[in-house]
Amino acid sequence: MSASHETAPHGSLRAYLIGFLLSVVLTAIPFWMVMTGAMAPQVTAAIIVAFAVVQILVHTVCFLHVNTRSESGWTLMAFVFTAVMVLIVIAGSLWIMYHIDGNMMPTPEMIAS
Amino acid sequence: MTTMTEKPAFYVLEEEHHEPGGSTMLGFWIYLMSDALIFATLFATYGVLSSSFAGGPTPREIFELPLVAVNTALLLISSITYGFAMMAMQQGKLNGVRLWLVVTGLLGAGFVGIELYEFSVLVHEGATPQTSAYLSAFFTLVATHGLHVTFGIIWLVVMLFQLGQRGLHPENQRRLMCLSMFWHFLDIVWIGVFTFVYLLGVL
Repeated sequence: MSASHETAPHGSLRAYLIGFLLSVVLTAIPFWMVMTGAMAPQVTAAIIVAFAVVQILVHTVCFLHVNTRSESGWTLMAFVFTAVMVLIVIAGSLWIMYHIDGNMMPTPEMIAS
Repeated sequence: MTTMTEKPAFYVLEEEHHEPGGSTMLGFWIYLMSDALIFATLFATYGVLSSSFAGGPTPREIFELPLVAVNTALLLISSITYGFAMMAMQQGKLNGVRLWLVVTGLLGAGFVGIELYEFSVLVHEGATPQTSAYLSAFFTLVATHGLHVTFGIIWLVVMLFQLGQRGLHPENQRRLMCLSMFWHFLDIVWIGVFTFVYLLGVL
């Protein structure tokens, strides 16, 4: 039990600076790609989603100081559980609703055309 | 055979020692995780309704990416300035903490101000929450985040008053650490917003 009392979730200056620099890069590149249209839309979409996932992890580790030791690992456990729930809610909703959309009864306009 | 009247062989005489507020950080973390689920449902709603324009404007027509970039920069910089406040707290520098909290609060206020300006422009152009399911989902998601930032700023101002009255005692340090988690968490949610709502919307 004493382990949870020793944790100091302040982080270090080094962690904050590394996190900030990485975030700047991971934010600037997606904005630059979309605003200039340097690459094909599909490539751009894949890259900016990947960058967002990486940036979320960078923030969680460098700013929120989630690691295997904080609160005896319970913060990491709660984070992983929540990440799974978030993925299920978002991916599941999109998957189901698009399938329902595809299987909808034809509307009057669809019948007429 | 043991009977109900028989006394147990030994007792634990000392209650396990708990610092007051020792579990606050974990409890607040679990609150943040539940808040993340609220945002997950709002993102899911937004995703499902992402092409339900009902003849209204599409994201490409209404979003101003330079404005979003400025807002993103403000929130990201406010994350590191809050980090500097935590560093000052570790060193016991009360004035440093207050200075960085004020900077963080001003950056947050700038963020909310620009967001309100963006909303007012959208409403002025006729892109209101009533226009289409897409815009309802957009305003709900982005305004829920903006409301969180607003409450973060209110909390920050309260902390400035508490620091002014009582200084950096352990309770205030704990409150500052909770606010730190809240503030960084909002920045994480914003990553999702600018990526999935603005960048993918305009793409």
